[in-house]
This record gives sequence, structure tokens and C-alpha cells, in this order.
Amino acid sequence: MEMVCIVCPNGCRLTVTRQDGQIAVSGNKCKRGESFAVGELTHPTRSVTGSVRSTVKGYPVVSVKTDGEIPKDKIFDLMSLCRDLTITQPLPIGTVLVDDLFGTGVRLVTTRDMEEANE
Amino acid sequence: MRYDVAVIGGGPAGLAAAIRASEQGASVLLIEREAKLGGILKQCIHDGFGVVRFGEKLSGPEYADRFVKKLRQTNVQVSLLSFVTRTEKCDDGYKLTYVCKEGLKQVECGGIVLATGCRERTRNGIGIHGDRCAGVYTAGAAQNLVNILGVMPGKKVVVLGSGDIGLIMARRLTLEGAKVVGVYEAKPVASGLTRNIHQCLNDFDIPLHLSSTVTRVFGTTRLEKVEISKVDERMRPIVGTEQIVECDCLVLAVGLIPENELARDLQVPLDPKTKGAIVDQNCQTLAEGIFACGNALHVNDLVDYVSESGETAGSAVVRRGKRKLRPVSTEGKLLYVVPQRIDVNGGIDKVVMYFRASEELTNQRLVVTAGDETVFSKVYAKLLPPEMERIVVNFDTAHTLDDFTVRLEDK
Repeated sequence: MEMVCIVCPNGCRLTVTRQDGQIAVSGNKCKRGESFAVGELTHPTRSVTGSVRSTVKGYPVVSVKTDGEIPKDKIFDLMSLCRDLTITQPLPIGTVLVDDLFGTGVRLVTTRDMEEANE
Repeated sequence: MRYDVAVIGGGPAGLAAAIRASEQGASVLLIEREAKLGGILKQCIHDGFGVVRFGEKLSGPEYADRFVKKLRQTNVQVSLLSFVTRTEKCDDGYKLTYVCKEGLKQVECGGIVLATGCRERTRNGIGIHGDRCAGVYTAGAAQNLVNILGVMPGKKVVVLGSGDIGLIMARRLTLEGAKVVGVYEAKPVASGLTRNIHQCLNDFDIPLHLSSTVTRVFGTTRLEKVEISKVDERMRPIVGTEQIVECDCLVLAVGLIPENELARDLQVPLDPKTKGAIVDQNCQTLAEGIFACGNALHVNDLVDYVSESGETAGSAVVRRGKRKLRPVSTEGKLLYVVPQRIDVNGGIDKVVMYFRASEELTNQRLVVTAGDETVFSKVYAKLLPPEMERIVVNFDTAHTLDDFTVRLEDK
């Protein structure tokens, strides 16, 4: 099976074979490619970025990300969760908005600094 | 008022240049058009930035924030909401005129770093016929609407262009609830990074149509539909292949062009291949004291290299010496090579060179020669035009410091 690793911009073209329950990966330039391929076949996950509305002047929306990977089939659940949130005060970059996403332990954090004075 | 260095543009290249110049003891003025620093990174909220530099996948705003925080620890003077309208040569450097909140201002500086980034090609730039209706956006404009202003540009979207920006916008609009009907690409191969085809399109079942382009748009006030045509190998639309696709939004991700109006003002010679200035390995243009870096120099695909060239320019602008420039010629299927000149007096043991292949190639050898001597050679299993390559060449060992050539040949 052919696969493209999405861990980094290198985009290694992986060849993945299954033999006796074992998954063998080749074509990866680093070992992250191997865990990516195994994950992709067993429980695909993604880190997700998005935005959350805010009532703070100068920031109609504030960008956010998951600080780890969540199951791929939870991406749209995450988006609707983001739609239900509103930021009402200036927060420093990296503020945790949601502590434990879907029981994964992964957190939703802001990726933009709102402390900067507004013009 | 006089500064040692004026940096024009507060995106990743300008931030890196200003920080580096200041660290070397120069007085620096950083001029930024927008209300906040960070340039285009502010709206690039997806991750994948900084893998080379920080070994982490950061989002655009996070990457910018690291540099903005570092800048705050320097003595760099920042002028926001400021736009340079004029640059001219004066006795001992350059004179800049810019508009800002306080009105029109003039400063003198010893050196200029052009870090003005690039602009997007527009509908007019690719000549799409039809109505002048609302709903046609460049990808960057659409990205600004969604990620900065929190406004959706449409509900049913056609994306033209399969470069990374087009792919990322297709995913972003899908995540925010729009229906992306398809991504269309005039070339027979996708332009973006392979990983983006997978994580942006395949993950969300967004179809990619190759050798197809938008040939006409329809809509009285708002976009209602577009006409898609197949194109031949020279990218000319084929009559009879027209197909109507309903949509209320067309996102154009059809290329970036380095922004060089100021360079033109200063009569800095440009390279028609990169559409940026011709520079030496220290990012100095052919005009003494004027440097160019980042996407103003050539369109990069990784911000890490934008910052790198900013730092190169920022440190070189402070310690300038008498130059001895020698041209770098190219041979073989190379789209371009930067730098286009080598200053043989300007530090030649670690010359960073960037290049792109002009077409998809396999089993290639890149050879750099000085005279008839090979000073660098590297084998590439695969080269793609969208993927920029970076090499570091040591010319110090060369016997003749002239006749520099970068050649791409079959292995």
C-alpha cells in the first residue's frame, strides 16, 4: 500500500505492507514516518487548527489548535465545539480553552497573542 | 532622523532581518503597513511552520509570535500602519518617505532591507472572462476574511489552483461549513506539497480536477456559477469541453509574485525568473546598500527559509565591504537559482543557494562548478518544481573564483 507521510513538509512516499499482523514501512526518511503509517492503518489522528469567536476589540476571531492529535473522525465535532465557544477577554498565546478533548487528554489552546494593544 | 538600517515589511523576513541587524549593534527602523507585526503569518492559522528551524509544527501566528517577542527585547524602532511611498538615494545612503498616523515622515538610513513579501495573482492576472460580480476572491483575501475577520466568503466554493494556499483554503472552508465543490488545476500535476493533497483534500473527499481551469464567471450581483474548461498541454482551453459548475464563491490560488515596486523605484535590477531582485549570497542587490529577502526575493514554500534569508540580509546590511561580484550561470532544467551573483569578497565558505527544478525530474545530479572545478555535487532521486531545494556550498577550496555554474544533469 502506498501512502504519503504528512508529519512534515518532506512528504515521504511510504510503502506499507502487512504481513502476519505486522506492519512494515519503507520509504520513510525518519522514524516518525513509521509511526505515522501504523497510526494511519489502525487509528488515524490529526492535529487540527481553527478559530474561536471573541468579543475583544480588534479580534473578531482568535486562532486555536489542538496541542496534540485527535481521532480523525472527531474533527467535525471539534469544529462545532469551537463554534460554541466565545472569548470575552484578552488572553495570552497558549491559553488552554478546553482541557480534555473527547477523552484524549489533548487540549484546545489559543495560538494568537491578544495582549498587543489595538490600533 | 537617521538609522543605520531601515527594514521595510514586518513579516517573517523583515522581523528576522531587523532582529539580526539590531543584535549586530545597528540602529534599526522597521516599517510595517498593517496594525500588527507578523505579515501573512497572522492569517495562516494552519500548522506546519517552523519544522526546520524549531523542530516543531507551529501555526503561523505562533511562529510570528516567537519573532515578535524577540524583537521586543531589541532596540528596533517599529512604525506600524506606515507605508513607504518613496525611496531615493542621498549622499550617505537612502532617504525614505512614508505615511503614518502622524502624517508624512522622512528618514535617512545607511542601508535598506526590502522585506515586502509577495502579492497574489488576481482574476485579471489570468484573464477570466465574464461578469463583474461579488464572490470572486484571491485565496489570501478569503483567508483573511475567515481567519482574521471571522466572515465566510461563501457557502458553495470552487477553488482554482492546487498550490498549497489553494489546498489549505479548501480544507479551511470545508471545516467552517462551506461546501467545496472542487479544486481545479490547469497543470496536469498538482502544484502543492504532496502532504497537503492528502491532509487537505483526500481527508475531506474534496475532488481535484487536473488540466482544467475556470474560463468564465456568471452572476448579476453575486457569483452564481462558473464555466470550467479542460485545457491542452499548453494550458489553452479546449473548445467543446465547457462545463457549468454552480457556486457562490470562487477562490483564486493562482500564484504569487514578489512585491518589488520599491526596488523598481530604486532601479534595482530584477531577475525575470524569480521576479525578485538579483542578489549576491548576502542578499545584497546590485544596488549598494539595498538588500532583499524572503518572498520579495523569490517565492519560498517554507517560512523557515524566509527567516533564514532575512537573517542573512540583516547581518550583512550592518557590515558591508567592497564587493567583487561574479555571476552564477545555470544549465539544465532549472527554474531558477538564488543567489544569482557571488561576492567573492563576501564570505564564500558557507554559501546558501536555493533552486527549483523547472519540471518533475527523477535521478538528477546537481553540480556547482567554479571554472572547470566541481565544488559541490548532490544526487536527487526526485525533484519537483513546487518543492524548493536548499544547498550549502563551500567555494573556499576553489582555485579560480570565477565562472560559477549551477548545473542539473541526468545521473
